[in-house]
Amino acid sequence: MDITPSAPYQATRRPFRGALSALVRSRESAILLALILIMTVIGVVAPNFLSPGNLYLVSRQISFVAIVAFGELFVILTGGIDLSVGSVMALAGMAAASAMRAGLPPPLAVLLGVLVGLAMGAVNGTLISYVSIAPFIVTLGMLSLASGLVLGFTKGWPITEIPASFIPLAQGSFLGLPIPVWIAAGIAVAAHVTLTYTAFGRRTYAIGGNEQATFLSGIDVRRIKLVLYMISAVTASIAGIILVARFNSAQADTGKGWELDAIAAAVIGGTSLAGGSGSVLGVIIGACIMGVIKNGLVLMRVSSYWQTAIIGIIIVLAAVLDRVKSRRA
Amino acid sequence: MGPAFLTMRGISKSFPGVKALRAADFSVARGEVVALLGENGAGKSTLMKILAGVYRADEGEVRWEGRAVQFSSIQEAQRAGITLIFQELNNCPNLKPLDNLFLGREIFRGRSPFLDRAAMRRKALELFELLGLKVDLDVEVRRLSTAIQQMIEIAKALLTDVKLLIMDEPTSSLTDTETAKLFHVIRDLKARGISVVFISHKLKEVFEITDRIVVLRDGENAGEVDPRTGTMEELITHMVGRALGSFAPRTAQTAPGAEVLRVDGLGGPPHVEDVSFSLRRGEILGFAGLIGSGRTETARMLIGADRRTKGRVFIEGAQVRIGSPRDAVALGIAYVPEDRKVQALVLPMSVRENLTMSIHRALLRLGAFFSARKENAVTDAYVAALRIKISTREQPVNNLSGGNQQKVVIAKGLAIRPRILILDEPTRGIDVAAKAEVHRIVSGLAGEGVAILLISSELPEILALSDRVLVMHEGRVKAVLSREEASPETIMSAALRQPARSVAS
Repeated sequence: MDITPSAPYQATRRPFRGALSALVRSRESAILLALILIMTVIGVVAPNFLSPGNLYLVSRQISFVAIVAFGELFVILTGGIDLSVGSVMALAGMAAASAMRAGLPPPLAVLLGVLVGLAMGAVNGTLISYVSIAPFIVTLGMLSLASGLVLGFTKGWPITEIPASFIPLAQGSFLGLPIPVWIAAGIAVAAHVTLTYTAFGRRTYAIGGNEQATFLSGIDVRRIKLVLYMISAVTASIAGIILVARFNSAQADTGKGWELDAIAAAVIGGTSLAGGSGSVLGVIIGACIMGVIKNGLVLMRVSSYWQTAIIGIIIVLAAVLDRVKSRRA
Repeated sequence: MGPAFLTMRGISKSFPGVKALRAADFSVARGEVVALLGENGAGKSTLMKILAGVYRADEGEVRWEGRAVQFSSIQEAQRAGITLIFQELNNCPNLKPLDNLFLGREIFRGRSPFLDRAAMRRKALELFELLGLKVDLDVEVRRLSTAIQQMIEIAKALLTDVKLLIMDEPTSSLTDTETAKLFHVIRDLKARGISVVFISHKLKEVFEITDRIVVLRDGENAGEVDPRTGTMEELITHMVGRALGSFAPRTAQTAPGAEVLRVDGLGGPPHVEDVSFSLRRGEILGFAGLIGSGRTETARMLIGADRRTKGRVFIEGAQVRIGSPRDAVALGIAYVPEDRKVQALVLPMSVRENLTMSIHRALLRLGAFFSARKENAVTDAYVAALRIKISTREQPVNNLSGGNQQKVVIAKGLAIRPRILILDEPTRGIDVAAKAEVHRIVSGLAGEGVAILLISSELPEILALSDRVLVMHEGRVKAVLSREEASPETIMSAALRQPARSVAS
């Protein structure tokens, strides 16, 4: 009897599955359907919703939230949470803007902004992984610390001396689509490939499914978690820096409350807050649902106060639907 | 023995894709202790969960004390006098015994919302007295032994007016002395007219404690055995549907080769004091001892999962530093933990993803991306070699039987092609046939030269497989017995701290 196989075995070929049938079977199909339904309803009630001009603006707005949510997804997949993304956005944007004001060329300023964000993520990750403090507490502290840094350095004043060459990063377009949409798409592809085809991605899901088993399998769980919080901070920084170009200035209150939008996009997209399940495609759809509804409510002239309440209802509803679906399965 | 006061007739139950029960019959008389046996997946737990109101039967009739009943919740069954004690203890580990005992049936001061702790304490002491137990009421239950926690569950049942107590594998994590205590309590319950249904994989115990043994196979009645006249072979034949030589001692033992592992003075609080031993190529070293003697803790320290404070480890003569399970894997040490669901498997992930968890690096293309071809090939190879029964390699391990889950965990360890394999309770909670298969695999691996450290609380398993048996007690090595010296008596006497026969070499 040979227990340790030595000869290479014949690999069986994976049965062909059409892209369409895979989509129908996937977790994401239900929320995609919901998105189409919502767009149809809004399109009927407020016909200018579907006008090219409006869709252009909506897609740009969605791409900002989506970029932040992609990073948040990595953290949530392990059962963690990053509450600091909003203020890290502001800090990174502020760092990039002040660098440009000081005369640094925009590419270097962007790099600097991202590095500042990365450092914040490294602090989060180190405290969570190596000092074993709950992610909720660490990132809540960072939320306050990073926004305090922004206010302290700027005394609340915006930085408005932004070079004209930097503005197209948010306000330009390529092949008819806003530049931020292309950036978001690039990050989405990278995130999807990482989660689906690399050992790092597999391990991220495994930690969310059973951290102890992953550790005992000889995987360096701590290092992975550290990197995850750095990823989350980097995507937040990128969004924060693009927003500087969007508003022609760095505002101290940029990103305020965005952690909730990012988490909501992930949850609406079917990501489990307990960890272990969720996908980039789901997050994209989740961000779209949020963005479309927000825009629809504006077009339908619903007051912004009520909009907040409606978004709240949608988030909870998404969680309830997910619960019902998983109970049935 | 009175007339049957519980009869279940023609019970059928299907789950999506599985017919769990096919017209099964079952009955219990007042004060009778009945064993319900069968391989994993035979339908024992399903049948009992139907009785206790967890599931609803698709077909069939349940008569309880002469009336047809259909309990729709656990609470309803409890009110009627039927209580099920789950295999995974259902308590709140952060609460103290009193709070657990009276959870949901608290005693209040009159009609106020305030708890009457004095009355609850009195009642609890009375109950424990009845059960012949001393329980520390002032510590959280997670700090009490599993046996005591189990007794608290029984006491909880006695708080209600229980007439039928169902215990699902109550002894699976108890030591022999604790089991003896539990049996004492069961006999006491029986004397007071309370019936007990006992689900277990430990056949010897079943013969010892029960009045009647009912065997299920594939959801049907497969026969009954009278423990006074029946034999173990008869019982196993009923269970597996064929005669099976269980626990055949290892054959074809090649002489162990060179020393692969030497552990010198390993220790670390709170459970490991001082452990030294050596392990040779192709050798199976049994680790015996009572639960809490420090065997699992020694293994976890050895692979770097827990911090150690002293001791040296040598592999093939060279001292090594193992600071994490990652180092252990890199050195060719595979660890198969005792609790496969909690410590070994990512349940929602597929067979493939679980099996290759420790060998990601070897499966990558361009240093970053999984090669589906390589990964599938490795998975298929181990699935075939260990005869793991799966429908596809993409099946979530959650859906596999205990035996097949255990094989996936072993395969995951083997995938790193270990020099040293540490097996911690490798056959806990799996059925007789799967057990025999795991034993076959372990013997085969030793034959291929893998050095194996086998931690087991089942003496027959230790005796059947080990070349030498190391016995631990309170964090120390009490004896190392050769194959000839090892017997249930010598092992138990060392484990119980009686004079050791032979001292560690």
